[in-house]
Amino acid sequence: MAKQIVKMTLNGQQIEQLVDSRTLLVHFLREQMNLTGAHIGCETSHCGACTVDIDGESVKACTHLAVQCDGSDVKTVEGLAEAGALHAVQEAFYEEHGLQCGFCTPGMLMRSYRFLQENPNPTEDEIRLGLSGNLCRCTGYQNIVKAVQSAAIKLQQKESATA
Amino acid sequence: MNAPVKTPEERKADLQGMGDSRLRKEDARFIQGKGQYCDDIKLPGMLHMDIVRSPVAHGRIKRINKEEALAIPGVHAVLTADDLKPLNLHWMPTLAGDVAAVLADEKVHFQMQEVAIVIADDRYIAADAIEAVEVEYEELPVVIDPYAALEPDAPVLREDLQGKTEGAHGPRDHHNHIFTWEAGDKTAADAAFDHAPVTVSQHMHYPRVHPCPLETCGCVASFDPIKGELTTWMTSQAPHVVRTVVSMLSGVPESKVRIISPDIGGGFGNKVGIYPGYVCAIVASIVLGRPVKWSEDRVENISSTAFARDYHMDGHLAATEDGKILGLKVDVIADHGAFDACADPTKFPAGLFHICSGSYDIPAAHCSVKGVYTNKAPGGVAYRCSFRVTEAVYLIERMVDVLAQKLNMDKAEIRRKNFIRKDQFPYNSAFGFEYDSGDYHTALEKVLDAVDYKALRAEQEQKRADPNCPTLMGIGLVTFTEVVGAGPSKTCDILGVGMFDSCEIRIHPTGSAIARMGTITQGQGHQTTYAQIIASELGIPSEVIQVEEGDTSTAPYGLGTYGSRSTPVAGAAIAMAARKIHAKAKKIAAHLLEVSEADLDWEVDRFKVRGNDEQFKTMADIAFAAYQQPPEGLEPGLEAVHYYDPPNFTYPFGIYLCVVDIDKGTGESSIRRFYALDDCGTRINPMIIDGQIHGGLTEGFAVAMGQQMPFDEQGNLLGNTLMDYFLPTAVETPTWETDYTVTPSPHHPIGAKGVAESPHVGSIPTFTSAVVDAFAHLGVTHIDMPHTSYRIWKKLKEEGVQL
Repeated sequence: MAKQIVKMTLNGQQIEQLVDSRTLLVHFLREQMNLTGAHIGCETSHCGACTVDIDGESVKACTHLAVQCDGSDVKTVEGLAEAGALHAVQEAFYEEHGLQCGFCTPGMLMRSYRFLQENPNPTEDEIRLGLSGNLCRCTGYQNIVKAVQSAAIKLQQKESATA
Repeated sequence: MNAPVKTPEERKADLQGMGDSRLRKEDARFIQGKGQYCDDIKLPGMLHMDIVRSPVAHGRIKRINKEEALAIPGVHAVLTADDLKPLNLHWMPTLAGDVAAVLADEKVHFQMQEVAIVIADDRYIAADAIEAVEVEYEELPVVIDPYAALEPDAPVLREDLQGKTEGAHGPRDHHNHIFTWEAGDKTAADAAFDHAPVTVSQHMHYPRVHPCPLETCGCVASFDPIKGELTTWMTSQAPHVVRTVVSMLSGVPESKVRIISPDIGGGFGNKVGIYPGYVCAIVASIVLGRPVKWSEDRVENISSTAFARDYHMDGHLAATEDGKILGLKVDVIADHGAFDACADPTKFPAGLFHICSGSYDIPAAHCSVKGVYTNKAPGGVAYRCSFRVTEAVYLIERMVDVLAQKLNMDKAEIRRKNFIRKDQFPYNSAFGFEYDSGDYHTALEKVLDAVDYKALRAEQEQKRADPNCPTLMGIGLVTFTEVVGAGPSKTCDILGVGMFDSCEIRIHPTGSAIARMGTITQGQGHQTTYAQIIASELGIPSEVIQVEEGDTSTAPYGLGTYGSRSTPVAGAAIAMAARKIHAKAKKIAAHLLEVSEADLDWEVDRFKVRGNDEQFKTMADIAFAAYQQPPEGLEPGLEAVHYYDPPNFTYPFGIYLCVVDIDKGTGESSIRRFYALDDCGTRINPMIIDGQIHGGLTEGFAVAMGQQMPFDEQGNLLGNTLMDYFLPTAVETPTWETDYTVTPSPHHPIGAKGVAESPHVGSIPTFTSAVVDAFAHLGVTHIDMPHTSYRIWKKLKEEGVQL
């Protein structure tokens, strides 16, 4: 199988790796880079457990090739916290009991992280629609919605504190 | 300056014990992507397994050609049933007393059945290689309908059982018949019907559905040929039972088999059984002497691992003219698929289906369940419920509604009239269960008041009278009782092992603790809630109590987590182990305080000398003394193990009410309101209880409103991806309102009954009750699930509903 050199920014670090051209991004992250936060729930881009952030967009890593990320800025759940502090969405999911088995959580967090940049002050309906590409079998979404609402407030407060 | 002295209440709050909505201890790793699920495990030299599966539902294997696959660089082995035969591993026993093929032996019995395995350097090569394995099939006639399977001239599905007239659960009267299981008193039930002024009957199908946890099944098997030890990480809800079975199958002594259930991405009953994939990965690791990983994909998960339900039920009620139920009769045809692989207690091939007399005082009852083979995947597991309790609750709740309609009675009124009264507990049902405790009337009134039931009925009447109203309004009401916490070992066992559970607690010298359990969390939050029980029992803060489960080499033997048994059984084991430690701690405290034990009082976290608040020893003081200066005659250390064999099941109950609006033009339904009151006895962590209820209600919503596994006549499963199989997103999922009453279990050490499955069990018939209620004024008494917009739209057309 033909191998390609791929250069990308992964969680803030410049990396250069040799990958098979058919390697899916989620396998590259999990098996080559040992970043097992992104999970595989369906391999058909329905469940969203593999959601990562690429160049400012939410992307399902199970249907995206690693070579497509050449030159990209990729962020995974492992890169969400900064300087030892949890990101507001991580804090909020913990405080609002927005997770149970934890399998969908990295994808939910990465989608929420991006969604709140797209829409910093969302209504409940907008949150539900914004997260509709991510499935959860445990929580019934009610506390996930609360967590995203809480994270929105945290981020707004942070914004006004630094303004 | 001295720190202010804390009051007992303040000290109690500091413990974060029972009743505290303590945040979850397990979350820190999950929110940072540091959970460790099966597929996250990577061992040096690890190979990957993939499975060749049958495209046909019934056929004879004429030839398997491995050559092309073996020629692919990076492929280490291709194994078929012929390779497993010398090891006697081509068939394996099921938990239901049947056998199941590990790899298809001459015949395939369902589409996607395991035919061969490929072991390769990585998952991509393994996936290439399974495409290169050529299998030639001679197709045989397919049987999908269980009624057709019982026709005299139906094709023989299980040739391996031909001529066997005795099965694991009694006589077999047809080649596709598995068992007939009965409970109750047929003569008494028949007599009740003979003399009853009113009888009703209803046929209903509880469709085949799949638990579909977000993480699929998989394992990493690692056999060390030097030490002869087998370690397997596995997505299992019951690791200890798996260890016993693996030892029995492989011949490796149980002491050299270690099963580890790491973090589990949801189970819901799907991860109780032992699948061919696990067995094959273990065999491959033993044969090749290297670690082997197997991770199934979603299509494999839905197509081949355990389904749930598929009960074709005929219910009959006999009653007086004013609605008092006199008798219940139920006949079920249970479609078990190709092998009987239910995960029920051994003596109960239909699980605890005989809880189907529900919350009602029914003097005479009988049920009969007939298990049948078809060309579908095996299973019949308890999808977020105690064994077949979901089917039972659906049956009785539907039947009570049917009777109410026949008598033109209100749904709430007929329930009030037939409830087991508070003063009747402990209550012996006609099926032989002893219900532990309940107060159904109080709970029902609380719900009816909360939703203003009268106003809802008035609104419905008004809408029915208005021909221009664009919607049909339905009100669903369900008043269910579950039977969970299997179970007393005198009646309940799995493969002969009694269904007790266990706990080991060690208090360290500095006063922190570790508890190890025979259960395994899959999202329920055991690491948080179990610690709360210990905190309340022993006065040690939850924060310093570690809870470990899932590793058979460190945890005491337990039967695992399913059937809402963790809190009723393991939760009791924790309390009992803690009480053993408490008793020893008291002796040490008496020694340290130089008084007799009789002079000591326990207060939150300390033993006090009676009448002298200044003289006390905290549990932390006692822990240190236990290692430093135990009283003469007492062993050093502070630890205990308890194996808890429950004296009875527990009987959680709930009252659920749902309001649905159906668009007369499109058939689209909208859940306007869903009010769920649960009584799970003593509440350990209200935040987690609410979370479990939200999740269970959402799974119930999925089952009632959309999940199905339809097959065509050739036995092709139409819909085995998440494109077709309905898992609701945040958009479709309703908003849930929760409420509770507390009726502790009298026989459980802390009065807890278990909760996580109630919302699934109770909500499904509530949705059906609401949808049927929307059509009730047209004389409709029952509509089968799933209540998809298309199916409701067809019903609207059938009933001539005009916009």
